[in-house]
Amino acid sequence: MDAEFFRAWIAEIAAVVEAQRDHLTQLDSAIGDADHGINLSRGFTAVQAALAQADTPTPAAVLLLTGSTLISKVGGASGPLYGTAFRRASKSLGDEPEVDLPALAGALDAALAGVQKLGAAREGEKTMVDALAPAVTAFSKAVAEGARPGDALSALTDAADAGAQATISMQALKGRASYLGPRSVGHEDPGAASTALILHALRDVAARQAG
Amino acid sequence: MKKLINSPDTVVTDALAGMAAAHPSLAVDIENKVITRAAGPTEGKVGLVSGGGSGHEPLHGGFVGYGMLDAACAGEVFTSPVPDQMLVATKAVNGGVGVLHIVKNYTGDILNFQMAAELAEDEGIEVIPVVVNDDVAVQDSLYTAGRRGVGATVFVEKIAGALAERGAPLTEVAAVAAEVNERSRSFGVALTSCTVPAAGKPTFELAEQEIELGIGIHGEPGRTRAPLASAHDIATIAMDAIAADMPLTGEFLVMVNGMGGTPLIELYGIYNEVSQYVAGHGARIARNLVGNYITSLEMQGFSVTVCRLTDTLTDLWDAPVDTPGLRWGR
Repeated sequence: MDAEFFRAWIAEIAAVVEAQRDHLTQLDSAIGDADHGINLSRGFTAVQAALAQADTPTPAAVLLLTGSTLISKVGGASGPLYGTAFRRASKSLGDEPEVDLPALAGALDAALAGVQKLGAAREGEKTMVDALAPAVTAFSKAVAEGARPGDALSALTDAADAGAQATISMQALKGRASYLGPRSVGHEDPGAASTALILHALRDVAARQAG
Repeated sequence: MKKLINSPDTVVTDALAGMAAAHPSLAVDIENKVITRAAGPTEGKVGLVSGGGSGHEPLHGGFVGYGMLDAACAGEVFTSPVPDQMLVATKAVNGGVGVLHIVKNYTGDILNFQMAAELAEDEGIEVIPVVVNDDVAVQDSLYTAGRRGVGATVFVEKIAGALAERGAPLTEVAAVAAEVNERSRSFGVALTSCTVPAAGKPTFELAEQEIELGIGIHGEPGRTRAPLASAHDIATIAMDAIAADMPLTGEFLVMVNGMGGTPLIELYGIYNEVSQYVAGHGARIARNLVGNYITSLEMQGFSVTVCRLTDTLTDLWDAPVDTPGLRWGR
């Protein structure tokens, strides 16, 4: 996976976030403040514009510009959190022109650690961590067991989907949804939902390039 | 959605341009969405920076001026501004003796101001953040993101601003800001939801005869819903929640704040109930504000904020202020 692959991933995220903009905002209106899809769409549109103008020769350079742009353009909680995730992933990749599956697993793990440190969130608190953490665990396990790329990425997205779905029955303990207390139960967390979308975009781009 | 806007994409910048046109005392950086005093930083004075999502006007931009803020950063509607904006504002108001960041306790505001403070410190500017968390509707516990910062933000900006204007050092300005927050409590009620322009439909749905108790300032739902009741009964619910958290004894600064869509005739009715409630507890309202100071777009409803005064705080409250949103004594 080279810089071109990562640019394709980011482009796919931008397209999916745009297509799911209203859905994400709808999820956010139930337990938040109805702007998650709007903010992510604005953010990834800005990322696309930044990538179009800059020279990003390595995967790390693509992810660094993505993270910095999200921090500069999105605001709210999702800007710093997703921005930090991409920046930490970038840092873990170094200057390598090509990324293999173990390096990708390491990058996703670094992203998760960055999000958890900044947001002080653990699993079970109805946040993006509930999609990201099980996805990273499942992916790392599959990679360690020598799974083929397609299978490892399916393990990633299956775990993310299950994690996002599991937030429906959780009570929010972090972020704006926590103000609702028990009334936050019964709704999917918008951050977990968008995390699953972002990971699906990764799998879909890989599948397209393999096929 | 019926709104007086050109487009949801330009609603914030159009309003900022209007602020610039209406108030020559302000300098408005439209690109960075930062409002500062036109006169620039005052050498030797602590700078006060606040900011938050737009849609709460006059907070924060309307409180930039003599005796209050030095700069305000405007985010998208109901979305915290970004660290870059806060850094621009912090550098613009730095008079060489440090900058106070006034941050409402919402996850997004906390994270972005935290990043901005690190960036400012990298550039050699001392920053102390003060977090406002006065909303008694939220339990401050392991099970929430903590109490939200709402009405007390106005008090913090006014009182800390007055002390900074007198030349106090950063640690003292930060201490009085924290003291005001510590002595303040708020509770909010919504009769209607509000519509974020970019979303195009109401953030939540309330039935005709239903109200939302314990709201914040972003149209996020509150803790419970209840049937519509009289002004007396609703004001009593709000004041009971406050009195349960902080004894009503002594002298108070009280704000009855509209959420953007409430007529003054109703706000004065609520103020009447609040003042009788406070008097009934043997306390006294020494100073008050009635009007729209920290709003949620066009929401109908109100919030009540009380601050238990000391002689020093009263004196700082009375000090001259000259901003679009608050103006007296000068």
